[in-house]
Order: sequence, then structure tokens, then C-alpha cells
Amino acid sequence: MTVIPALHARRVEIRVEGVVQGVGFRPFVYRVAGELGLAGFVRNDTRGVLIEAEGDPEAIAELLVRLRHDPPPLARVEETAVSDRAPTGETGFAIVGSDGAGTPDALVSADTATCADCLAEVRDPDARRHRYPFTNCTNCGPRFTIVRDVPYDRSRTTMKAFPLCADCRREYEDPRDRRFHAQPIACPACGPRVRLLGAPVPAAGGADAIARAAALLRGGAIVAIKGLGGYHLACRADHQGVVAELRARKHREDRPFALMVVDVVAAQSLVLLAEEELALLRSAERPIVLGRRRTTAGVADAVAPGLRELGVMLPYTPLHQVLLDDLRLPLVLTSGNLSDEPIAYADRDALERLQPIADAFLVHDRPIHMRTDDSVVRVVAGRRTALRRSRGYVPESLRLPVAATPPVLAVGAQLKNTFCVARGGRAWVSHHVGDLDEARTRASFAAGVEHFERLFAVTPEVVAHDRHPDYASTAYALDRDGVRTVAVQHHHAHLAACLAEHGETGTAVGAIYDGSGHGEDGTVWGGEILVGDLTGFRRAGHLHPVRLPGGDHAARQPWRMAASWMIAAEHPHVPDELHAAIPHEQWDLVGQMVRRGFSAPVTTSMGRLFDAAAALCGLRARCSYEGQAAVELEARADVSHKGAYTLPVGDDLVLDARTAIRALLGDVESGVDVALISARLHRAIAEATATACERAAEGAGTDLVVLSGGVFQNRLLLTWTIAACEQLRLRVLVPSRLPANDGGISFGQAAVAAARGARA
Amino acid sequence: MSHGAGGKATAALIEGLLLPAFASPALDRLGDAGELTVGTAELAMTTDSFVVRPIVFPGGSIGELAVNGTVNDLAMAGARPLALTLSLILEEGLGADVLKAEIAAIARAAEVAGVKIIAGDTKVVERGHCDQMYICTTGLGRRDPRATLSPASLRPGDAILVSGPIGEHGTAIMLARGEFELGAEIVSDTRCLWPHVDALLDVCGPELRCLRDATRGGVASVLNELARASGVAMLVREAAVPVHPAVAGAAEILGIDPMHVANEGVFVAVVQQEKAEAALAALRAMEGGEQAAHIADVRTEPPGMVLVETAFGGRRVMDQLVGDPLPRIC
Ligand SMILES: [Fe+3]
Ligand SMILES: [Mg+2]
Ligand SMILES: [Zn+2]
Ligand SMILES: [Zn+2]
Repeated sequence: MTVIPALHARRVEIRVEGVVQGVGFRPFVYRVAGELGLAGFVRNDTRGVLIEAEGDPEAIAELLVRLRHDPPPLARVEETAVSDRAPTGETGFAIVGSDGAGTPDALVSADTATCADCLAEVRDPDARRHRYPFTNCTNCGPRFTIVRDVPYDRSRTTMKAFPLCADCRREYEDPRDRRFHAQPIACPACGPRVRLLGAPVPAAGGADAIARAAALLRGGAIVAIKGLGGYHLACRADHQGVVAELRARKHREDRPFALMVVDVVAAQSLVLLAEEELALLRSAERPIVLGRRRTTAGVADAVAPGLRELGVMLPYTPLHQVLLDDLRLPLVLTSGNLSDEPIAYADRDALERLQPIADAFLVHDRPIHMRTDDSVVRVVAGRRTALRRSRGYVPESLRLPVAATPPVLAVGAQLKNTFCVARGGRAWVSHHVGDLDEARTRASFAAGVEHFERLFAVTPEVVAHDRHPDYASTAYALDRDGVRTVAVQHHHAHLAACLAEHGETGTAVGAIYDGSGHGEDGTVWGGEILVGDLTGFRRAGHLHPVRLPGGDHAARQPWRMAASWMIAAEHPHVPDELHAAIPHEQWDLVGQMVRRGFSAPVTTSMGRLFDAAAALCGLRARCSYEGQAAVELEARADVSHKGAYTLPVGDDLVLDARTAIRALLGDVESGVDVALISARLHRAIAEATATACERAAEGAGTDLVVLSGGVFQNRLLLTWTIAACEQLRLRVLVPSRLPANDGGISFGQAAVAAARGARA
Repeated sequence: MSHGAGGKATAALIEGLLLPAFASPALDRLGDAGELTVGTAELAMTTDSFVVRPIVFPGGSIGELAVNGTVNDLAMAGARPLALTLSLILEEGLGADVLKAEIAAIARAAEVAGVKIIAGDTKVVERGHCDQMYICTTGLGRRDPRATLSPASLRPGDAILVSGPIGEHGTAIMLARGEFELGAEIVSDTRCLWPHVDALLDVCGPELRCLRDATRGGVASVLNELARASGVAMLVREAAVPVHPAVAGAAEILGIDPMHVANEGVFVAVVQQEKAEAALAALRAMEGGEQAAHIADVRTEPPGMVLVETAFGGRRVMDQLVGDPLPRIC
């Protein structure tokens, strides 16, 4: 037995990994080391932060505790590896320059809302950054949207064009200052400036561009605002005429607009917010939070026509905060684009595209490198869910339960596209790229993939893609040279994304409900009961198949699915209201298509079942945005109603919704209120789903159920399905950090490719 | 809708299997016809098989297609059609009257096109081994000295024309199968296109860059192939594309895009922008060219892509489909 002599001083090397650069980690270590009387140094390198500390062993133990449990607000410590070194007798603690060699593994952090300290400065009339819209520090400010390359420092961001003034430099170099090595810091003397373009100075305005923009908005103008990840269009939200004008100019008929309000109190006057929702609203990520609209909410109906929820967010940059402080009215803040285009972020392009919409432009001269939309979240049945994961969350990495060896690129779906790069146990899911049918979006997809591969040093050897041959992402994957491609079935990707997010590698049942995905049998899937794990699956059950007359046209025209389900249910006549909305000849033609299977593929789409039901209830024959009919049907439901249609689940786990549709048609014909019809249908599907999941789970020897796919963005359906499953003692997982919609597909593809790679 | 689809899958087969096997520069150019020089004679040669169900449809029949399809491939190569060979594969039990009618259709079409049938062959196969009749024609033409056509010659700024309303042949065939009754008659556009090409060569000469008949895969396939071959982009103005109202109606209800539907008497012409007006005037003076239109322009960015300008200034990518259109909205 070797006896280790008790030394007074111990020296250790500590390697810290995670989000530890550009977040004030080194000054934090410096301060703590100083307090504990430790000697040594701290520096950034390509893997994160490296510390050598020497001194009293108890002080070293305390340092480790503080590193792990009390890091700076924006840091995320994932790994601390400690190894002993021979003491050198060194005195003093230093922050030393970074070592640029090797593969960068240190992560770029996400953009973060203005911290309380910076906000106080901005609001302090005596501070040199009073009302300065680009105030930030180590604990807050832009990151991902301004980073051009790694390693992260000012010269590789869009702040390169703004050399620091003497005052800022002093802050930047002082380890005790909260702006020590904060790359994007700026002040009115040296930083970016804001300007108001294209409008006469309103009399009430004064000299300040933001104050003048506030005055214009108060007067009912539509103002394009250059923000953090792109341009927004803004107008006051309390005036029906103004909001309707924005809709007309933007060519956006009904899709809801998001709101920005000055503070939490203002948010609570619009929507009911439980504690978890408040926490999300106030979080540093500052997403749009969807909450139940108060009847007294002082916003125009045109903000979210036909819906019970409003999307609300708080200001996340000083620019927005100063504007809202001046305005003190809820503001519509919607992405700066025309209908289906991607958000504008390049100045020339934005001015050109938004000229016809905006009365004025509030712009600045700090370039946006990565376009990033606002994120959207919601709390359902006490669980946090995401509808869009983008600004504030991206590019934070997610853990893969099975390591991606070799490295993987997953290219995602066609609509609501995200992509994902993965290496080892980490996956980086991209910002919301959007609809790949759009030319600008498609170009930005390829550029985005390249950017992520460089930022995170991923050289993919495997490219995972959807089975759909006509997704642009599939075509991109198959075009890449020198890689192995892996096709992942769409609904399996939905299932795998949820399993992987929760660190599950075992077998689960997945009820995966969405609009459409290319099925293994060549038909259009979308109401699937799968049994599987990360590597594979089998189709255990599904919704009763019907025809999808006219393919994607059926998603835009719910009346087509009404015809399809009526014919499947052998119901003799069309409800009057719906019949009147559609020319007779069109009924006849779509009827032919359904009966003969002509230009009408077989589908098990659950999304299209909801569309059909909404149309049959007379709610809507045509949609102006994806899923509108289903969303409006949900909004109308009487949630206290306990009735449900019969929806038999066969031995083959086929959910026979024909029975429910027959009963629904009976209700429509006898004039039953839509609120009850909607509730009965939602409950029927929730209960049938739970039944099917229980049987599939029993067969598979598991109690784990995943509910995912875009249809589970339906709050009511999700709440009731979770309740029904839990009643049957099933353990339910739902996507939380990633959306249930196709925004989560890329992560699922990556998880499948990684799991298959590990097995092979 | 097999007539409207198949563009990309076919391209993969050709580029992956056939070209490597035959390694021939004339073939590698992937034109509609191969070029050869015999002594001083500059010739073009092409071959095509015709399989269509039903064999008779509104506006035409398999016999007429078999002539027009091949002479049009010569025309698209800038060659005046001279002669055809004809090979018939007949299903045992095919009615004599049916055969007679098709022979007459072939003779008529050849006369209209000004070509001689100079050799032929007939085979009868067992019942069920072919669907009534298949026809294979091989065409020989003389390359016109005015023509300097190449799919890789497109330049940013060039104008893209179509010679007539699109989607009629494919829609007519679809309806002729009797699986779907639209209540409107749509007639195949099959016709010989050499006179139109002749007229274009007259007014454009070397400023006529390229011609492609928009058969299988429709105009969308042609535009995508040309954009890739020249490394340019194309911007299509949807509203400028001529479509017969009945075809537009059928496409809307069936959920297909007429740009993906096959034609047998419509071609895409790329001309220098300055010649666009004259080229249109020349086409519009021809029978079947009355609705010729300037539908798109060649651009620089993004290379290889065909974009459609939508109503509110958005730009959609017009892809080539792998097979039948499949839903993508999730
Ligand atoms: Fe999906
Ligand atoms: Mg041909
Ligand atoms: Zn701060
Ligand atoms: Zn400064």
C-alpha cells in the first residue's frame, strides 16, 4: 500500500465542458478563485474552459462545487473532469489567452434577453447607456444571430465593424466588470445606431428614433422593425382597423399574430398565465407564450380570429424595451415578410420587400448573420411544449442517448423545416428554417447546413432524410457526395425525436398523429400507432384509411375531406351549410375521385379527419393557413362536456372513425351545438387512442407511450389523451423542448441514424 | 397520372445506366436526337416507342403520336424531318378495323409532316403480351444550317417561350381512360412542330438558343433540365402560362399542376431577349401557336433552379417530381 503524503497544497487541472464560452465563465472562475485564495489560471480552449488551481484542498473542493452548481446565468456546465497535478508553488490567479489549436468543441450560445443590470442602465437617465438599444453584457445580448465563425470573439461576429471606444475597452478588459470579454458590447459612442426611415418626423416625437417610432405606432402606423434575428412588422394591437390593414398589406388572412407587451402585468391583462407560463414568459429565452385569452383583453379581434389563445412575449432587446416603455400599448409583432416567405433579415432585401407594407422602418447598422424567428411555447397539462424552437434556444445542444459515431447530418422535413448536426453524444438542431417550397428558404437551408457544420465542427459521414422522394431536403441529402444516406420513415422520426429528447432507448408505443408522411407501404400515413425504439418500428395500428382527393389540395380545402369521410361512412347527404358553400359540380367531381381512387391516394391522416369534422360542422370549407379548420374546431369545444362519440378500435388496432363521423353527422343534422360536437369528437379520439395504445403496449411488453405529431399541438386532444392514457396506467411522454410538429423531425432522424450506426 | 410524372425517375435511369454503357459523345449531349455527318450531309437521327392507353383518344391516336413524336424530336434538334422507319408490335386478336384506322392515321400524319415511311417491320405477340399495339419509329432529318441549338447555351436575360397552351395531351389521355368524368372535352394537342421551328429559325437564326418538346414530365421537367444543363436559374410568371380553362379546372380539382402534365404539340423555346417579340409573332401566326407566350426569363441565381413568382411576390421552387405527385403538407 502506497502512502500518499499529506500535502498542504493541492493542484488540480479542471476541464469544463458545455456552454462555457462567451458567458462570463473565466471572470467567474477568477472571482471565485480570488475569494478562495487559490492560485493558478483559467483559459478558453477548443473544448471549453481549462482551469489549473492550486491551494488548500478544501478551497479546491469548494471551487468544484461552485463550478458545478453556481455558474454564471448563461453558462451550462455539462462535464467537469478533474485530475491532480504536482503543486508548483505558484501565487496569484490569472486569466490567460485562449489556445486556438484543435477541433473546436466549445459551444456557441443562444441569443439572450437583456439582463436586469443592463435594463437598469438603459432606464437610468444618468447612465452613459441610457436608452441605448444595443446595451448588453456577458450575461445577456446577441450571440447566435451575430456569429459568423468560431472560435467566438468579436472579430468573427457582425460587431467586427464597431471598434471599442476607450470606456468600453476598459470594461472589456476588467475581470471584475460584468462586461469583461463580452464580445458584442457597445455604447452610444462606439456601437451600432438606430435610425427611423421613410416617415416624416411626427410632431410629438422629438429627436430620438425610437421615440419617433413609438409616436408613429401610437398614431396607427405600420412600422418595420429590425430586431435580433430579422425584421418584424409592428402595429398597435388594440385597434381593429390598424390590425386589419396590416393583414391586408401582408396578405395574411387569418393566421394569428403574436404580441409584445411592456411587462408581465401587461401580459397578464391579456392572457391567463399559470406560474409555469409566467416563468417561460420571463425566461432569458423570451419565447412567445400561448395563453388563454382573457375576455377583457384589450386587443383587436383581428389579432387572432376565431381562437381562444393569444401569443404574448416580453421585450428581449433594449431596443424593444425602450420602444414598449415609450408606447405602453400591446404591439402586434409579426415576422417581416409577405404571407409564406421567410422572415427578412438582410437590409437591402428587407427594405425592398417590406416597402409596400411598412409606413416607416426602424433600422440599425448591426448586420444579422443568422435569420432567427421568435420561438413559440405553451404549457399543456402542466407540461412545457414547444411549437417553434428557434431564437433563444438555438443553437443549444441536445443530448443523444446513443452517440452519433460517425457524425450525422439530418435534413428534416419539407415544411417547418429544421436540420440537425450531431457528433458523439451531442446534437445541434437548427433554427426554424421554414417551408422548403419557398425559394429563399431553400437557399437558406443549404447555407444554414454549411454554417452549422462549421460552427460545431461536424463533418457528416451519414446523412439522414425522410422517405418522401419529393421533399427538397431528401433531394439535398441524396445529392451530397461522399456520405452514406439513411432513409427514416416520417412517423418513426416523430417517435424517435420524443424518445431521444427524454433519453429513452427502450421500446415504446407511439401514437403519432399529423397531416401526412410517406408510409412504408407507399400510402399517406398520419394517424399511426407504432411500436418501436430508436432503431426501428412496426406499424401496430392506424386510423381507418380513406381517400385524400387532390392530395395537398385536400389540406387547403377541408370540404374535400368532408366528402371523403362521408363517403367512407356511407352517409347519404351533405350537411346543408357545407353543401351550399361548394358548387354542386365540385362535389360531384370530388365524389368521383374518392369513389374511384382517382388522384386520391389512400390516407390515414388524423389531421385531415379533424379538417373533415370542422367542415362537416359548417365551420370552414377552405383554409387560409395550414390546420386552420382543426384549430378553430378545437377553439369552439365545450371543454366541460363529458360526452364522446363511439369510436371502435378493432383487433387490428384500426381506429374506425366512420362510426364517430356518422354520429357527428347525426348531431349536425339535428342542430346540436358545435361546442358539444367538437368536445364529443375530441374525447372519442382521445379515448380510442388510449385504448389502442394500451393494447399495443401490452403486446410489446412496455408501459411507455409517446404522443407526438403536429395534431398533438391540439391542447384539448393532448390533455384528454394524456389523461385517458394515465388512467390506464400508461407512462406518457410528449415532446417538450422540440416541437411535436415537423420541426422535430430532424432530431428524430439524427437519433435513428445514430442508433442504427451504433448497432451496425 | 403516369403521363404527367416520371421526369426525375427516368432521368436517373438514363444517366445512371444507359449513358455509361454506351459511352458516345452524341448520346451524352442528351438531346432529343443524335447528330451525325455522312459525307457533306449533316443529319439527325432519333427513335421513340409509343405506348398509350387508350390507343384512340380525343384529338388523336397512337398512330398519329408515333409520327409526330419522332418528327418533333428531329425538329427540336433543328432538323427538317425527312424519313421514318416504322415498327409495329401487335397483340394477337387486334381488330382489323382498328389496325387499318391506325395505318391510315400514320399515313396522314406522315403526309402532313412531309416525311416518307421508308422501311418497316411487323410482329404479332400473344394475347396479353402487349396492350393492343405498340409502335416504334425511327426518324432521319437534315440539320438546318440556321440552327445552332444547345441546351447549355442559355444566358441570363434570355426569354423562355411556350408554343401553345399546356397540359392538354396528358389531361385528354387521363379523361379518355374513363376513370373520371369531367364534363368538359379536352383534346390532345398532338401535331407536327417542324413548321413552327422553321418559322422561329427564320426570325431568330443563331439567337434561338434551344428547343425542347414538353412531353413526359411537362414544361416543369424541361425547364429544370435546361436550368441544370446551363447552370442558370429561371423565373416563371405563373399568370403568363397559357392553360385552357378546362385543363386548369381539371388540374385544380385533381390537385395537379399543369406544368407537370405531358404535351405532344407544345415546345419550350429559349431565345435571346431582343428576339422574344419577333419569335412570339412568328409562332402566333402558325396553327396551334396562336397562344404562344413568353412565360419566363433566364436569371443567374440560384443556379439550376426554376422559380415561380406567386401572386404576392413570393417565389416557389418548381421541382421535378420523382413520380406521381405525393402530398407534402404535414
Ligand atoms: Fe409530421
Ligand atoms: Mg421522345
Ligand atoms: Zn446584461
Ligand atoms: Zn463604447
